[in-house]
Amino acid sequence: MNNELGVPLLEMQHISKDYFGNEVLSDINFSLRRGEILGLVGENGAGKSTLMKILFGMDEIHQTGGYGGSIFIEGDEVRFTSPIDALASGIGMVHQEFSLLPDSTATENILLNREPLKHTLASELFGERLNTLNRESMEKIAQGAIDKLGVPLDGKMLVSEMPVGHKQFTEIARELSKEATTEMEEGLRLLVLDEPTAVLSEQEAESLLKAMRTLSSEGIAIIFISHRLQEIIDVCDTIMVMRDGRIIKTVPSEGVNVTDIAHWMVGREVNAAKRNTRTFNYEDSKVVLSIRNLWVDMPGETVRNVNLDVYDGEILGIGGMAGQGKLGIPNGVMGLFPAGGQIVFQGEELPLNQPRSLLNAGVAFVSEDRRGVGLLLDESLEWNITFTAMQIQDKFLKRYLNGLVSWRDQKAIEEETMKYVKQLEIRCVSTRQNARELSGGNQQKVCLAKAFAVTPKLLFVSEPTRGIDIGAKSLVLDALRRYNQESGTTIVMISSELEELRSVCDRIAIVNDGKVFGILPATSDSAKFGLMMVGQEVQEV
Amino acid sequence: MNAALMLTKIRQMVRSFGLPRIIIALFLFSLFILAPFFNVNVATSLSDTLNRFGMNAVLVLAMVPMIHSGCGLNFGLPLGIISGLLGATISLQVDVAGPASFWLAILFATPFALILGWGYGQLLNRVKGGEMMIATYVGFSSVAFMCIMWLLLPFNNPKMVWGFAGSGLRTTISTEGYYLHVLNDFLKIRIGNHFIFPTGMILFFTVLAFAMWAFLHTKTGTAMTAVGSNPVFARASGIDVDRIRTLSVVLSTWLGAIGILVYQQSFGFIQLYMGPFYMALPAVSAILIGGASVNKASILNVIIGTFLFQGILTMTPSVMNAMIQTDMSEVIRIVASNGMILYALTRKTEAAR
Repeated sequence: MNNELGVPLLEMQHISKDYFGNEVLSDINFSLRRGEILGLVGENGAGKSTLMKILFGMDEIHQTGGYGGSIFIEGDEVRFTSPIDALASGIGMVHQEFSLLPDSTATENILLNREPLKHTLASELFGERLNTLNRESMEKIAQGAIDKLGVPLDGKMLVSEMPVGHKQFTEIARELSKEATTEMEEGLRLLVLDEPTAVLSEQEAESLLKAMRTLSSEGIAIIFISHRLQEIIDVCDTIMVMRDGRIIKTVPSEGVNVTDIAHWMVGREVNAAKRNTRTFNYEDSKVVLSIRNLWVDMPGETVRNVNLDVYDGEILGIGGMAGQGKLGIPNGVMGLFPAGGQIVFQGEELPLNQPRSLLNAGVAFVSEDRRGVGLLLDESLEWNITFTAMQIQDKFLKRYLNGLVSWRDQKAIEEETMKYVKQLEIRCVSTRQNARELSGGNQQKVCLAKAFAVTPKLLFVSEPTRGIDIGAKSLVLDALRRYNQESGTTIVMISSELEELRSVCDRIAIVNDGKVFGILPATSDSAKFGLMMVGQEVQEV
Repeated sequence: MNAALMLTKIRQMVRSFGLPRIIIALFLFSLFILAPFFNVNVATSLSDTLNRFGMNAVLVLAMVPMIHSGCGLNFGLPLGIISGLLGATISLQVDVAGPASFWLAILFATPFALILGWGYGQLLNRVKGGEMMIATYVGFSSVAFMCIMWLLLPFNNPKMVWGFAGSGLRTTISTEGYYLHVLNDFLKIRIGNHFIFPTGMILFFTVLAFAMWAFLHTKTGTAMTAVGSNPVFARASGIDVDRIRTLSVVLSTWLGAIGILVYQQSFGFIQLYMGPFYMALPAVSAILIGGASVNKASILNVIIGTFLFQGILTMTPSVMNAMIQTDMSEVIRIVASNGMILYALTRKTEAAR
């Protein structure tokens, strides 16, 4: 069937991509044979999805200046300008989020907009648009695709009534069915699965893996993106590990174990000078915040059962993969999402679901959602920085008529704002400038200033460096470290970037599946953290 | 080069002041210029404009708190007006003559405004995002409900009830003998034969406007603006968002009640039944003409907007009708007020967060 055995199905050469000078991919080289299953692993933000977007010619890539390097499919160079081009040359993709019509059946979804049609009298008279669907042949085609996949999927079942696994199969079947209904030259040749097993139960995942092997034996190559490393080892022929926009390792899956992959994923060369070198004395310090049986109903970041003790004066890091619940912890404790359980702060139990009670007790929060929660975008920096302190602690107010009237003290507000503008090097035209007009990094500094202004005893900082440039990043991290040292404020920092946590924190807790999987000193080997992130018990490395 | 620089400067000024406002201001200005050529007395026109400004300014001011708290434009203003009407009718029922009846009317209207405003606020807290549509229906349905009540409530002052039946309130009730012109005539200044400055009424508005400005500078007022700017931010800062929103609705309703009483003392009549039905629209369009958006408004917006809007209403019947010999004023009023609301609502997304 393939007479040019020497030519790989897909070859990427020297692929690079930058977003406005910020390099996210550099010098990516790999090739893929027919029927090969390639496992693609890496931390969040390692560049996996950007690479796939380039392969598919997504608009996002063109709008931000295209990419460098070249892509070959069976030896011919291609440069897709839209996903439709990519589909036409036999590349299919199944996304993490389902794009299905819930009130239609599996068959209808599989063949949506590619239905075989029947000519009727009306369509002969008034044109193609009055053709009717050929249900029989639809079912035949859909069933063919389902059989090829080798899964028990009922074509007549409504999507809304399906278990998640079947929805996933429907998506894959849709990609498979394309060869029968489009003008594709030779049907599906390459299938990209972006974390297909993340939402599946073990059993469902198992049958998906089986289906993948079936497809592979029919000559369809698969790029499989997953955080479940064991699956990758089980099903893939080759494993490719990405980190910081580079390919770190491309190895055959035979003989590789989970620990190796975890090590490759997170273990970067760390700049020793930047590391936090202090050793926090845990024996002499007492627990300042203790969280027991916390659950938080935060969409996409559900916390199931978290038990955590935070010591007075430490910097505690909370890490873990996206969607495992690390962000839910501060949001739940601070009362921004419905939560339950018990929190004891400085020996006093505080009620949950009331932002006010936590703020009154001296707990502040810098949200990961800067623009949504963290800032008053259409108000001045002065307001942004002083508002919380004014409302909670009656700072920056002048009192008249025996405290009956509390008036904004414009002068005190200006002074406080100026102080933080200088201290944190916030780049702005004036303190009256609207927060919307600042860059992401400076907005983040405003958020920090807002938290510092309430002089908290304990500070939650969630994803403090997300989406800001390197210069601002180190400034923000330094500010946190300095604040902790100078005022003794306990800091709990939540971040997706393990190296960032390791450079600032004393201890790091890794959250997996809504629970604290384990806590290790920040100086521990990064491979141990990598293992914990993917839910593997740490063995001696 | 110089001309180009000037052009960009002018463009900036136009943008900051707003094109619709400039067009309306120029139109009003040209009406004042044209007036003498059509034998319309400018002094009388100015006096009328000021008078109408004073009559309506408090109703426009009632828009401010709800805009600040993010509840949008108060299309439910009729609810506040109904509170005012209840205060007015009860005051007349008590039958205290003279200026005291005005203050009594405010006193009687206040509990109604607080209670109705609180309930209205609770309702709006349940429909976040759709406040303006719900508010419109609250206004309309409350008017319809009160149409029944005006007939049934046991008022019996002969100056208010239908003469033939002896029960049920009349559609229009004169304030003569009670609080007609109590504010208008207080310290009024007469210049020449045609110009009267209604000092009392303007002063009354000034006091309320100052109180509103001061309130927005207090801790609670600051919280109100923050709630309107970003409710999630406010909640994360420990603000009880629903409580602040309710407070803003109560304030707005109360100002509506005061506003209609000020209106009546100058106009001379209490208008019941369908009277409050369309009262929200002129107030809404006035504040929008003044430069407010759906979620930002200042006292200056209130003053500029009321003056421009009422100025046009006063000037078009006299000048335009003398010029083209047809009654254009109503048409222009409707085009200007509804057009302005439409314009502001289409620009809502721009201000959205």
